[in-house]
Amino acid sequence: MAENTYDAIVIGSGISGGWAAKELTEKGLKTIVLERGWNVEHIKDYQNNTKDPWEFPHRGGRTQEMIENYPVLKRDYPLNEKNLKFWVNEQESPYTEVKRFDWYRGYQVGGRSLTWGRQSYRWSDLDFEGNAKDGIAIDWPIRYKDIAPWYSYAEKFAGISGNKDGLSVLPDGDFMPPMEMNVVEKHVSARIKEHYKNQRHMIIGRVANITVPHHDRTNCQYQNKCWLGCNFGGYFSSNSATLPAAAKTGNLTVRPFSIVTQILYDKDTKKATGVEIIDAETNQTYTFNAKVVFVCASAFNSAWVLMNSATDVWEGGLGSSSGELGHNVMDHHFRLGASGRIEGYEDKYYYGSRPNGIYIPRFQNVGDDKRDYLRGFGYQGSASRSGWSRNIAELNIGGEFKDALSEPGDWSIGITAFGEILPDHSNKITLDKEKKDKWGLPVLAMDCELKENELKMRKDMTAEAKEMLESAGAVDVNTWDSGYAFGQGIHEMGTARMGHDPKTSVLNKHNQVWDALNVFVTDGACMTSAAAVNPSLTYMALTARAVDYAVSELKKQNL
Amino acid sequence: MNRREAINRVAWIFGGTIIGGQLFLEGCTRPASTDDVAGLFEENRINLLGDIADAILPPTSSPGAKEAGVGEFMPIMVRDCYTEEDQKIFVEGLGKLEESANKKYKKNFQQLSLEERTALLVELDTEQNEYHSTKEPEEPNHYFRMIKQLTLLGFFTSKLGATKALRYNPIPGRYDGNYPYKKGDKAWA
Repeated sequence: MAENTYDAIVIGSGISGGWAAKELTEKGLKTIVLERGWNVEHIKDYQNNTKDPWEFPHRGGRTQEMIENYPVLKRDYPLNEKNLKFWVNEQESPYTEVKRFDWYRGYQVGGRSLTWGRQSYRWSDLDFEGNAKDGIAIDWPIRYKDIAPWYSYAEKFAGISGNKDGLSVLPDGDFMPPMEMNVVEKHVSARIKEHYKNQRHMIIGRVANITVPHHDRTNCQYQNKCWLGCNFGGYFSSNSATLPAAAKTGNLTVRPFSIVTQILYDKDTKKATGVEIIDAETNQTYTFNAKVVFVCASAFNSAWVLMNSATDVWEGGLGSSSGELGHNVMDHHFRLGASGRIEGYEDKYYYGSRPNGIYIPRFQNVGDDKRDYLRGFGYQGSASRSGWSRNIAELNIGGEFKDALSEPGDWSIGITAFGEILPDHSNKITLDKEKKDKWGLPVLAMDCELKENELKMRKDMTAEAKEMLESAGAVDVNTWDSGYAFGQGIHEMGTARMGHDPKTSVLNKHNQVWDALNVFVTDGACMTSAAAVNPSLTYMALTARAVDYAVSELKKQNL
Repeated sequence: MNRREAINRVAWIFGGTIIGGQLFLEGCTRPASTDDVAGLFEENRINLLGDIADAILPPTSSPGAKEAGVGEFMPIMVRDCYTEEDQKIFVEGLGKLEESANKKYKKNFQQLSLEERTALLVELDTEQNEYHSTKEPEEPNHYFRMIKQLTLLGFFTSKLGATKALRYNPIPGRYDGNYPYKKGDKAWA
């Protein structure tokens, strides 16, 4: 059994697990990463990246067979023939929808770091103080100053390109040179700044695509095919960045096809001794022992692991003593916004496919701004010239039609709002022991819905989008709302929140499970509120911070 | 593709829904391919589809849709991506198209001159546009809309369409957001 003993165990290999592995191994800990899915090897497994569009029989679309096999993935854009292998096999891993919940999972080495949107924003104290000031849920146990150095640390390694915009709601970071706005985005940005008297800003997105060479990675080549995996290592993923760094130490073992079924808990020491897994291919059970366990299985699966652990001590599982495990589910609600046409600039175009857009940081409930709801939203978008799929009035068949479609059309700009969802105890996931997955394990049941605050916010999200685009000179501005189902933001958060008090939180300010201090949860599960910005950079920073603390505690023999 | 692009594709083709697309949300089951759909793969059907596509997007300074392989592309999409209902509409639509040709010119489509083909398809395109502008979501799609959508998709994503009718540069290497454009320059594929 000696070979099954490590210094540290990391459950999951996505953004958080990859960071945990890198930090633990670089600090000298023999570490095993247990990943439930298959082994995606960097570059080797990105075969579709180098294919031309015509090499895909359905040109990237979806077949009826795919629609049948992927009842969840089909509900939004992720289902496509180009990167199907980076999404979970839904037949093997079902779940229960008490209310509709769209759960988009990536069960493989690298997890969803392979397919993520890469937008990378720091939180500010507006976010960390929000719960306390608004009297919502519980207070975050940390503030911006606690995480700021770790944001820098994460940004420097991951490679975040961005502009230092000097905005208090969106603190500047340690950026690589920013990507460029196109000529129309610059125009709209300047008009917005002028119209709103420097109170609103349209900035270039801050994105985890490197704009200069970095470690062994080549800078972004502007292919905009990130979600097929990048042969250049142009964007941050576990596969391109953290896992190779961890491997370089000689301290890393990655074990794919390893479904962690529970954390093993010792009642006497009140600590975890290791974990139990099922090998997804052989169905064999194995035990791994370690001094410290990092739970980074993604927000819901991390909660699932805790719910299945130490049930002889706590019926609801490890971390359930607070009554909050699996509760306070959050995401970002979106799928609404506005778009309009920009006249002129016919002599301008762009070169390259920029895998990034513009960002309009939150301006609602900031400073003197007050709304009839709490918190707020930001917008992501871009300006572009229309392509061959546009409609051309009075010209529908024949050579002129074809030649017209071969040229770019008018400029337009579109912005999509991404809004904060408040933590609410009633939004929860639980174990459904009646339903079993392929390995006979109980599945999760989702019971979440938008509440009044989000619904009020949604009205404002389209109205403000229209007003801003019109104020910037866009014409024919249309708003749209495609509706939002919980989970579609693919930013699940909150199921094992951090807090000051073990009675109301699952984790302490160092991401330690109150009930087992050598168990750390550092993925989206730990989030006490959601903010309006994309969360992954915060997971990176929190993970690096938690590892630093864990290793210092191990050295002091406190764990 | 990313989330931003996916959202832009709300307006994919004609500012409306792509046929097959609305079914993403409705959970239809996979129908068995019918003999009629299998028939689309016969040489004469592929040839007819290629000729229809070529009238929609004919050779100009760039190759036409037939040479770009759209006749071969359409049956694959109909077989794999369409619901049984849409498959039936598509297959029967080819018969309707021939009926229209015979009614107007007393000839089959492939016997028509290029001018006659264009005139006929302009009529059918007007018909489908009018039909779709008032159609309820649950009402059937128009076959000619299917043919036109598949022709555009098949052509502009084909090797000839992407490289000859458009500009294709798979590894740009850099980004320039203020790139000069003059009338006649092709769009990026």
